[in-house]
Amino acid sequence: MKKVVQICATATALSLMLTVNAEAKETLRVLTWKGYAPAKLVKKFEAETGIDVKLTYSNNEEMIAKLRATRGAGFDLAQPSQDRISFVQKKYPVYQPIDYSKIKTNQLTKSMVDAVKKNSAVDGKGYAVPHCYGTTGMIVNRKLAPDANDWSDLWNPKYAGKISYRLKRPLLIATAFGMGEDPFALYDDIDAYRKLMQRVEKKLIDGKKLVKNYWTSGDTQVAIIKSGDANVISGWDGKGWTLHKENPDIDFIAPRSGALGWIDTFALPAKSKNVEGAYKYINFMLRPENAAYFTNQEGYGTASNGALAFLNDDIKGNFSRSFPQADLDNIKWHPPVPAGFEKIESRVLDRIKAAK
Amino acid sequence: MSKRGTFYLLIVPVILWLAVLIVIPHMDMMYRSFRLETDDGAMVYSLSNYLVFFQDQIYWLTFVKTAVYSIGVTVLAFIVTFPVAFYLTKVVKVSYSSFMTLLLLIPIWIGELVTVYGWMILLRDNGVINTFLMNIGLIDSPIEMLFTNFSMTIGLLYMSMLFMIIPMMSALDSMDDSLIEAASDLGASKWTIFRQIVIPYTTPGITSGGIIVFMLVIGDYVAPNILGGKSSLWFTEQIYNKFLESFNWNEGAAFGFLLLVLSSTIVWVALKLSGQKLEKVGS
Repeated sequence: MKKVVQICATATALSLMLTVNAEAKETLRVLTWKGYAPAKLVKKFEAETGIDVKLTYSNNEEMIAKLRATRGAGFDLAQPSQDRISFVQKKYPVYQPIDYSKIKTNQLTKSMVDAVKKNSAVDGKGYAVPHCYGTTGMIVNRKLAPDANDWSDLWNPKYAGKISYRLKRPLLIATAFGMGEDPFALYDDIDAYRKLMQRVEKKLIDGKKLVKNYWTSGDTQVAIIKSGDANVISGWDGKGWTLHKENPDIDFIAPRSGALGWIDTFALPAKSKNVEGAYKYINFMLRPENAAYFTNQEGYGTASNGALAFLNDDIKGNFSRSFPQADLDNIKWHPPVPAGFEKIESRVLDRIKAAK
Repeated sequence: MSKRGTFYLLIVPVILWLAVLIVIPHMDMMYRSFRLETDDGAMVYSLSNYLVFFQDQIYWLTFVKTAVYSIGVTVLAFIVTFPVAFYLTKVVKVSYSSFMTLLLLIPIWIGELVTVYGWMILLRDNGVINTFLMNIGLIDSPIEMLFTNFSMTIGLLYMSMLFMIIPMMSALDSMDDSLIEAASDLGASKWTIFRQIVIPYTTPGITSGGIIVFMLVIGDYVAPNILGGKSSLWFTEQIYNKFLESFNWNEGAAFGFLLLVLSSTIVWVALKLSGQKLEKVGS
């Protein structure tokens, strides 16, 4: 009997020690995109603050679904795009408002902070802080398709069998711009938007025979043009520039009818267990030298205003090469998506995918 | 303990398994599938999530396509794997046979995603097969194999083959070789032996293998999504899109249950048509 008591006591002591140990280490669970948390920066953050960072990689759609399933629990910090916050927040309250006094906004580009605050606002409270921005445009193999420079080249018979894009909502928007329309102007008129989407659907179904395949992720996007399976694809600027480094023939191009601009943000899930740690992480990632490291690594622009001084020359070169002033002014920034639009778009996407 | 007591004791884990891991998680989904969000945002009870499937042509056509391909892959899996199963159980020495079965298992250890990427390397325009065919001068320009229904079928077949082989092997194993010898001594042709002795003996294995393969394929997501190309909308992909892209969990849940009911119906009809009984398959 004595022995049993002894064992029990030891076991209890051991388990107590273990729990104490687990609690001593503060953790921060971040729901982010691949590449947004470079290993070097995460290590530096952990060393500086003693907070253990746990990363989960995701995309906009999955982020919303994950947070919705738990009503905003399970993660301490998320990184949705700025146009996908307010309508989600109105419907399923999965985020909590940002306390902007805890953000070192003086190290950020002011216009971007204000725009994101306004676009993510629900009941007058902002829900996001900008992290980085970039554009969706086209990645083209200039040796094999020297003239491709507009969204409309995605259904140009000249490139039959060598075209690829991601069949998701940005492409519907891009197609509308390529057809000379302005989808963002119809965001407050759902019926006109529905009709526009029908025209877009027809255009893409007619052009489907020219498409090699629809790419589905950053990796498949890079693979399809690198392998030569396609020469004219829709793509993200950062990916295009990375490809350009390996193969100078391939480059990112801002389409004539306008590249689509996106801003990815930091937002706090409603049941975040480490809000203070999350603010520390946001401020750390946007510190000029850290933000510059991220941009040098991934190619995406940063919201940090002091980062410019730390950027590599080839990164600066990317912007001047792909964005002459006229194209820069022509970037179409995504306004917040109104509720109910996803339903229209998903039907359109289903029908295009199922079409012969 | 009485026999009865033992019975109840042993059934507890089964009931717990079914309830905790299968029934309870699905209750919420079942509830959701009957809820509809009206245009002004209120939630009401409705059957419309189910009706959408029958009213909108894309949905049921996608299901029909998925089902037809799944049946096709199941038949193909039988044709491809039967000789292998027969060889491993009846022709080759026992010591080799277990080693070779082990080799068959290796692709399963690697995982579906990796084998799917492996097929991409083989099938792409400047991939291994096209480069080889062009180098030996058989073709001038690459044959388009990747991102077609062909590549999708190959992928599905590859990942499900093993689940056909194993049940067939265990059925063939229990067959007495002397039956074949006796039949051929009595002058039966090879075809007659195959049809009248081997096939009836293997039927339980074929049936259970067939059910497993069919269910695996109809519920697969990776192979159709990656290898399938631009027109290969698989029914599971549609469910995924409902949940993750249009945020319409209610319709997604309804489609999930439709998949369950419709695929179970297909299996049931197939069992009836072939005169098989589920109880026999299990043994």
